Amino acid sequence: MTEGSPQPARRLVRSTRALVAAAVVLPFLSGAFAPAHLQAQTDSKQLRWGGDAEGGAPFVEADPSDPSRLRGFDVEVAELIAAGLGRTPRFVQVAWNSIDASVARGDFDIGMSGVEDTPARRAMLLTTIPYFEFREVLTVRLGDRDRFATLESLRGRRVGTLGNTQAYDMLLAARRDHGIVPVSYDDDVHPYTDLADGRLDAVVLDHIIAARALGRTPGLVTLPVEVGRGRYVGVLARNQAALREEVNAILKAAMRDGRLERIYRKWSIWDDEQARFLAGMAAPAPAAQTDEAAAQPLPARSPVEATVRYLPSLLSASAVTIVLSCLAMALAVTVGVGVASGRVYGGRLLRLVLTLYVEATRGTPVLLQLFVLYYGLSAVVRLPAFVAALLGLGLNYAAYESEIYRGALQAVPVGQLEAARTLGLTERQVLRLVRGPQAFRLALAPMTNDFVALLKDSSLVSVITVIELTKQTSIFASNIGSWIVPGTLCAAIYLAMSLPLAHLARRLERRWKTPLR
Amino acid sequence: MEDAASVSTPVLGVSDLWLSRGGQQVLRGVNLQVDRGERVALMGLSGGGKTTVLRTIVALDAFDAGKILVDGVELRPGPLPREARLRDLRRKVGIVFQLHHLFSHLTALQNVVLAQVHALHVPHDLAEARARGLLGSLDVLERAHALPAELSGGEAQRVAIARALATDPPLLLMDEPTASLDPARRGELGETLEGLTRAGRTLLLATHDDDFALDFATRVAILADGVVVEEGEPERVLRRPSHPATRALLQSQGKSLGSPRQELAGGRKSSAGGRLAVVRPRHED
Repeated sequence: MTEGSPQPARRLVRSTRALVAAAVVLPFLSGAFAPAHLQAQTDSKQLRWGGDAEGGAPFVEADPSDPSRLRGFDVEVAELIAAGLGRTPRFVQVAWNSIDASVARGDFDIGMSGVEDTPARRAMLLTTIPYFEFREVLTVRLGDRDRFATLESLRGRRVGTLGNTQAYDMLLAARRDHGIVPVSYDDDVHPYTDLADGRLDAVVLDHIIAARALGRTPGLVTLPVEVGRGRYVGVLARNQAALREEVNAILKAAMRDGRLERIYRKWSIWDDEQARFLAGMAAPAPAAQTDEAAAQPLPARSPVEATVRYLPSLLSASAVTIVLSCLAMALAVTVGVGVASGRVYGGRLLRLVLTLYVEATRGTPVLLQLFVLYYGLSAVVRLPAFVAALLGLGLNYAAYESEIYRGALQAVPVGQLEAARTLGLTERQVLRLVRGPQAFRLALAPMTNDFVALLKDSSLVSVITVIELTKQTSIFASNIGSWIVPGTLCAAIYLAMSLPLAHLARRLERRWKTPLR
Repeated sequence: MEDAASVSTPVLGVSDLWLSRGGQQVLRGVNLQVDRGERVALMGLSGGGKTTVLRTIVALDAFDAGKILVDGVELRPGPLPREARLRDLRRKVGIVFQLHHLFSHLTALQNVVLAQVHALHVPHDLAEARARGLLGSLDVLERAHALPAELSGGEAQRVAIARALATDPPLLLMDEPTASLDPARRGELGETLEGLTRAGRTLLLATHDDDFALDFATRVAILADGVVVEEGEPERVLRRPSHPATRALLQSQGKSLGSPRQELAGGRKSSAGGRLAVVRPRHED
């Protein structure tokens, strides 16, 4: 699929959609969408199918001519299934990462938008027969076409992909085997823009995603080598075995009579490989393949085993959280002190500028600020992800810190300042020796609260590819298909970080109430 | 070099000081002169502008007209001067506020050390030795490591005096020095102030405490309606006031004019009168 030329406007729209979707996903990583759930069992005339419109063409996207309508090959496959069942298709928007959890709790009947056939999924849910086979392909910049031919040639290089995918697992394996640096994204657009910008040296993703990206982002080339292969399936809750059989029958029929082929041709994702694959699936004994895969469920692991296996990676991810939080807080305190001093002591213009900074920062989501820093500014300055995360969190919290310090500075009694002035201290000395230290003591408790909040807000930086504790937990959870053990471990680690902080702050407060001797 | 001149000139000269605040004339031509070694009590009703006069002298408040001369440093009307131009003034005059305003985050000792090190650039060891000396002479050395919140009113006042004296100013202002003291402590304060003037310092006290003024001031100036209406020896001004405003001031304190003081004091607040009577003879030596 090599349709069209670069479409800057579309790219912008998609970035925004990625942002909105991420904003929805992150607070509810378990993918709980209560309203959809409430409507669940009410209407058997409908086929509620879940997908993510953020996935975009050719899977599911808002129709550019009428954004209230959806289009895409997954949309048409869902319509085909609904028609076969004699039901009306109804789309339920769900973040791609949450499709599994959401279908398991009954938010919709079947989930499908580029959902991969993996052992973890089979262990946790029911899957339909595969209805599309994709190839994992390697995309690089045009100029690197001869340097990097395979994953092996990318030792020490940053290779991006969509998180929680087969491709990401392949990259993790390649880290062990070939020393590449895997970079996980929450969407499939930014790996390619970052590749074009030089933040990555290669991207591994499904060939139809790569083809779409090449049409959008100039200067890239997909290498002919095939890195792996995978299939898209529909997923259903474990108690939907009857529905699964019906769906499988409908899919097989559509494979045989060419209806699937027509859909794929329409979306320019039909090729000889696909023809061979569908022919194989539709053949009298295709179920062998499915059952064969199903016959190897994930080896069941006890919680203890799972903990032992994943704890090291959670701990190293929490190191990222701690280092990032501490550095960001240091930045926030430094900038915050400067901003507060400027707003208390500065001239009219400086005060206006600083007030604008504080209000703009407090009045917009930190997620948006992270996106702007990392992706929005990438044409001007290409910040490494960690630096962008540090700046984003630090500058965001600086606005809040500055308000704390400003309030604290203004809370220092005037008499203290006048006493200092009459003793011959300069205004600068009054600030440094009297007003600042007294304000700092007043600010200490709210500062500690903010630091604990920052520790938790640092999980937002996973949207710009930094893998910290929450992200690692989410990866861990989707690997084993359960949130119970990883969620508990994650919560315990956060508590282990925040409780001592609160304790430390109380001690410092006590200490400064008594003489420093 | 200046000494020859300053012997003959007053340490503080306030002439024709005008100040309005919020559309109200607070000071309407105050004239006041304080000579070296004097203990002058500036008296008047609350809200009569006593504190304002002190604040203009230490350049915390600006004034509209007139002139202030502090040991050769002149303050002019209009906006407050920049801090660089105030440097000389700060070395000439110290102030003890009514509420002391000790630096709440520093110990008593650190309060006295701070300005020496940072304003006068005295080495820290020297500054601390000097601070200990001052706290010792004011009898609060044992509280050197206490925070202001842990000090009694009298202790805080003595630390505040030590802090003001740490930069060695010839003129010391005190705002309502007896307000935070129980009666028994006023005699001690009076003796302390006498000791300071004996050592060559000059004091201007804003107070409405006529008993204290009678006992320890060398001169009294009555501030009423924004001007000094009467001044002179405490006995003369407070016992035989010639201006109606002075009489009004004394009446507001519950005095009936012309009566012997001991009776008054005894009748009004017996303990205070009694103890002050014990202290007074020493003062009159």
